[in-house]
Amino acid sequence: MLEGILIGLTAALTPFNLMMVIMGCVVGTFIGMLPGLGPMSIIAIMIPVAIGIGDPTAALILLSGVYYGAIFGGSTSSILLNAPGVAGTVATSFDGYPMARKGQAGKALTIAAISSFAGGTIGAILLMIFAPALSTVALLFHSAEYFALMVVGLSAIAAFAGTGQVAKALMMTLLGLMLGTVGEGALSNTPRFTFGMMELQTGFSFITLAMAMFALPEALFLVMNPARAATGESGKITGLRITGAEARKIAPVIGRQSVQGFFIGVLPGAGATIASFLGYAVERNIAKGAEQEEFGKGSIKGLAAPETANNAACTGSFVPLLTLGIPGSGTTAILLGALLALNVTPGPRLMTDTPEVFWAVIISMYLGNLVLLILNLPLIPYIAKILTIPRTFLIPFILFFTLMGSYLGQNNSTELLILVGFGVVATILRFADFPLAPLLIGFILGTMLENNFARAMQLYGGFDFILERPMTMALLVVALILVVLPSYRGYRARKRAEGVADGD
Amino acid sequence: MALDRWIALAFVALCCVYGYAAFFTMDDQLPRILQRNPVWPSTFPKMLTFLGLVVGLIVLFTPKPNAEGKPAKDGAIDLTRLGDYHIGQAIGLLVLMVAYALTLRPLGFLGSTVGFLVLGAALLGERRFHILIPVALIATGSIWYLVQEVLGIFLRPWPGIFM
Repeated sequence: MLEGILIGLTAALTPFNLMMVIMGCVVGTFIGMLPGLGPMSIIAIMIPVAIGIGDPTAALILLSGVYYGAIFGGSTSSILLNAPGVAGTVATSFDGYPMARKGQAGKALTIAAISSFAGGTIGAILLMIFAPALSTVALLFHSAEYFALMVVGLSAIAAFAGTGQVAKALMMTLLGLMLGTVGEGALSNTPRFTFGMMELQTGFSFITLAMAMFALPEALFLVMNPARAATGESGKITGLRITGAEARKIAPVIGRQSVQGFFIGVLPGAGATIASFLGYAVERNIAKGAEQEEFGKGSIKGLAAPETANNAACTGSFVPLLTLGIPGSGTTAILLGALLALNVTPGPRLMTDTPEVFWAVIISMYLGNLVLLILNLPLIPYIAKILTIPRTFLIPFILFFTLMGSYLGQNNSTELLILVGFGVVATILRFADFPLAPLLIGFILGTMLENNFARAMQLYGGFDFILERPMTMALLVVALILVVLPSYRGYRARKRAEGVADGD
Repeated sequence: MALDRWIALAFVALCCVYGYAAFFTMDDQLPRILQRNPVWPSTFPKMLTFLGLVVGLIVLFTPKPNAEGKPAKDGAIDLTRLGDYHIGQAIGLLVLMVAYALTLRPLGFLGSTVGFLVLGAALLGERRFHILIPVALIATGSIWYLVQEVLGIFLRPWPGIFM
């Protein structure tokens, strides 16, 4: 391994490759900030540049930098505008945006930068140590286990529900799953619930739904209630630093979520989205009473968890790509295409045939994370100043970015009308205090869930896969516990409150 | 009836329509060869219908916890005082968004976007047009340049008749 590190250092520390890391991070961060342009589209845009370079090591270093930068940039728009343009940064907005609303935008961005750095760096260390061994473990996961893992991810929605609100959260999850079934179905190209409309043939777009669920209702609430817009958004941006106590509070979260996020990222198909949601859910569930109440209202733990997990998962997703040649996500699939175009075939022989590519990528991950931290920390006060723009200017711009995010994804004006329609429904749901995050989680995981379910059903000729695969059964039991436990807690809390009211 | 119960009722109705399509109309279009499969395109929607009806009915009939004495949520809007809020402005912006969607192609990106930003800000009470119009023009032009020229994503800048 030491020899590999030296090879990697020699390859990655050339001035040209260092420039590639910096360029990748800068381009990724700035374009990633635009809602609607996620790492997939940015990497796709950068592929001609990477292929034009000709050197596979430099090309992969550039594209990895773009990947990290885009995830980081996506977090910025989630925190400042509540407009997550990438599924992996949706969970970041749960606590990042409330922090920005409380006037702690600078602190939120600092925590996001530090958590991302730590998640990415610890992930890179784990990648270096465990890559070859993990690739064999990842292969043990079949469609049945993936189905069960998705169910665990969905059952974690209980973590997003307040006491006694589990049923509401489940209802929203099911609505998300239903919306996910619109379009061509799993394992067959039969159109479902399209009502003969061509626009619905490919289903609803994630970006449209994400913007409709988060950015649009938020902007409308700011319009309706101007007093709300005034709080914490005017004046100088202060409090960029985090205190020692805060650092001690988030350190264990970062440690746990770096490891958990990395291992979830290793599983092909799971990726940063599930890692960030599960990371948030786990931290909320293990938090103590008062801290748990803080989640969703601006908890630093709630911000650090998904930010660490999504970056660690990004690093983890390189394990199946580099060691097996299997892309674990849409983004790594594009990276695989770029590598093949550069005459590099990722797989078990990559480490022996072209060690400089393998190790240079790992070393560039450290460098990329460091570059992001160095570049972005000094910029935070300026980035956070977005919130000091007067609301008469800011709100139309938020709405415009919301519309553009949706339009750029599909290049279709009908998408904008769907966005407005969903936005109105989401605003009504928010009035009635229905949690919107579960709807989006259901929608994101729905397609993967159904595909894996259908594959498992076909392989085993029915529901036998649940009984025949112990890991599937164990994961489904975990999912059941995740739903039942908060419901039971809510029931007990209600009973206790009734007891107090009755004078017990 | 409280708003959340109305929403639960609407959800149950949606599940009925969704379930009707899954149970009765979807399978009719299924080729005979696919009908031997253990899983059909309607299998998952059927499961969702069942679960949706159960959960929807639970929300509909579960007694609402007593909200009295609880602190108001940060930034929440009190539905009983809707008249005190700027509902008209919010609806105006929604109408403007629909108009933007409909005019994006015929008017072109630059015209419709500048119009949206200026009218949106004016609707919210902005009257410093000497600042607003240049800002809208610069922002729109920069974003068009970034998207079309740098990123290579096609955005028609001018109305169709000039292209």
